[in-house]
Amino acid sequence: MTLLSVEGLTVELPGSARPVLDAVDLSVAAGEVVGLVGESGSGKSVTARSALGLLPAKARVTGRVLVEGKDLVGADAAHLREVRTGVASMVFQDPRAGINPVRRIGDFLTEPLRLTKGWSKRQAEARALELLAAVGLPDPPRHLRQYPHQLSGGMLQRVMIAGALAGEPRLLLCDEPTTALDVSTQAEILALLGGLQRERGLGLLLITHDIELAAASCDRVYVMYAGRIVEEASAGELFGSPRHPYTRGLLGSTPPLTGPLERLRPVPGAPMSLAESAPGCAFAARCDFAEPGRCDQSPPRLLPVPGAADRSAACVRVAELPPVVATEVRS
Amino acid sequence: MTALLEVTDLRKTYGGTTAVDGVSFTLPPGGALGLVGESGSGKTTTARMLVGLERPDSGSITVLGQPLGAQVRGRAARLARAKAIQIVFQDPYLSLDARLTIGATLDGVLRLHGQGDRVARAARIRELLGQVGLGDREAAALPRHLSGGQRQRAAIARALAVEPAVLVLDEAVSALDVSVQAQVLNVLTDIRREAGIGLVFVSHDLAVVRYVCDEALVLLRGRPVEHRPMEELLDNPDHDYTRLLLDSVPHPGWDPESIARRRRAA
Repeated sequence: MTLLSVEGLTVELPGSARPVLDAVDLSVAAGEVVGLVGESGSGKSVTARSALGLLPAKARVTGRVLVEGKDLVGADAAHLREVRTGVASMVFQDPRAGINPVRRIGDFLTEPLRLTKGWSKRQAEARALELLAAVGLPDPPRHLRQYPHQLSGGMLQRVMIAGALAGEPRLLLCDEPTTALDVSTQAEILALLGGLQRERGLGLLLITHDIELAAASCDRVYVMYAGRIVEEASAGELFGSPRHPYTRGLLGSTPPLTGPLERLRPVPGAPMSLAESAPGCAFAARCDFAEPGRCDQSPPRLLPVPGAADRSAACVRVAELPPVVATEVRS
Repeated sequence: MTALLEVTDLRKTYGGTTAVDGVSFTLPPGGALGLVGESGSGKTTTARMLVGLERPDSGSITVLGQPLGAQVRGRAARLARAKAIQIVFQDPYLSLDARLTIGATLDGVLRLHGQGDRVARAARIRELLGQVGLGDREAAALPRHLSGGQRQRAAIARALAVEPAVLVLDEAVSALDVSVQAQVLNVLTDIRREAGIGLVFVSHDLAVVRYVCDEALVLLRGRPVEHRPMEELLDNPDHDYTRLLLDSVPHPGWDPESIARRRRAA
């Protein structure tokens, strides 16, 4: 069942040269882990937030964001509240910024339950204890009474995940959930998210700038650039044989931990800011394969890649590009 | 050939907590050492001691045979310290003067270090910015008008303007987008080779450390657990902690579950 279906979502902000999101199509089904990869300003966070109906104020929005079949664009407050409290929830990057530092962990977890579900204090506390145990924290009764500064970043991210699970959501949106954490803590948090996702059959959208993390933990991955989806593929295919030049560039910019060490071939220039725009492909200015007259005319559409089932790329030259030598895979 | 940097038995405590204990290493000209570990491992404290922002409780730091004194008094001593070691911090948003253009920042550094001729300074600024892939447009810009990657490259150019013997980078590429990070990593490998500048590279990202460094020192709770050539360390880690760090890096067939179990057992 499709939990989240974003259809042709375009978000324009006054004063920016290009749309923040430009005709984004994306879906997440129940039980599926979907990655959304891109650099700063690519629109990945805006896309994720749209699934909670959190679109920037003053934005001009067209397209649809269907959560369990109902559109959130222009939805009324009651419907948004229903989605945010019971269907979808978000884990943010920095738990220290997402949890009130002067309130106890117990307040952070019980308050929403008491306010939205009208539960008693005892009921809500019992549920909070369950949630803290579910995210693998060692001493739930003690954590309820603790303040955020008394917990490490990794523990606090677990609290954030517990908070996100409070409303028994079916869709979990994780926006760079491990970027602020150490690598081994990152592995723990992903083990936790993976376990919860499987146990509960959640749909999970993982937003990250780390293409290797997405490849290692997702079923399917979307790559975004300058507000557009430029490639969609299964995680294995994306990593083994990237098709869009931007995806190739991302992989060519990532130093490998194993295998031969060659000089990195970075994508020249910097990601496109909101103050810039291009008539054609937004990546053309940085692309090794760009061809004047073809790539700078109109934005390429995301189309199925010829000869490759279940994958799409937004590049007019995708069928002509030389194949990429598969990156050495670490067993 | 004398070592660029010799660090012997550094130790630093805060109250009852030992932040760094028993850190020693030697850096040859053009050498690059990675300081690897998780938060709280003492890698940033070590970096800060190298540039004199923290005073070690004991141990010594020698640059080109000259001990770095605990006290730096007077203009000559300050300039000598600056020439010995420079640092680039993680956050390019805070490490440049917001009121000066990038060009003016570099100009000030060159003037301070004795370049009196304005034309020569202008040429050198262009050269320094060119090294990190920036041009005249960026030279004329205030830091807030540049992207994070451009600012970080400007911060590196500022450090290089001093022509230090050793450059310390404290998570200096962690906050950059990967495509920009790759540009900066190539700059670092080039300045090592071309100018013989020694690098002390603090990072939690082992793949990045592998790309930049010849050897790595793995720190756990302030103590070195392993100090070996990078390829050896990756192929055949001695210490369980090093192995845990390596396996934690996402890769095809990654099993975060097993890492979580090992961490619980440790």
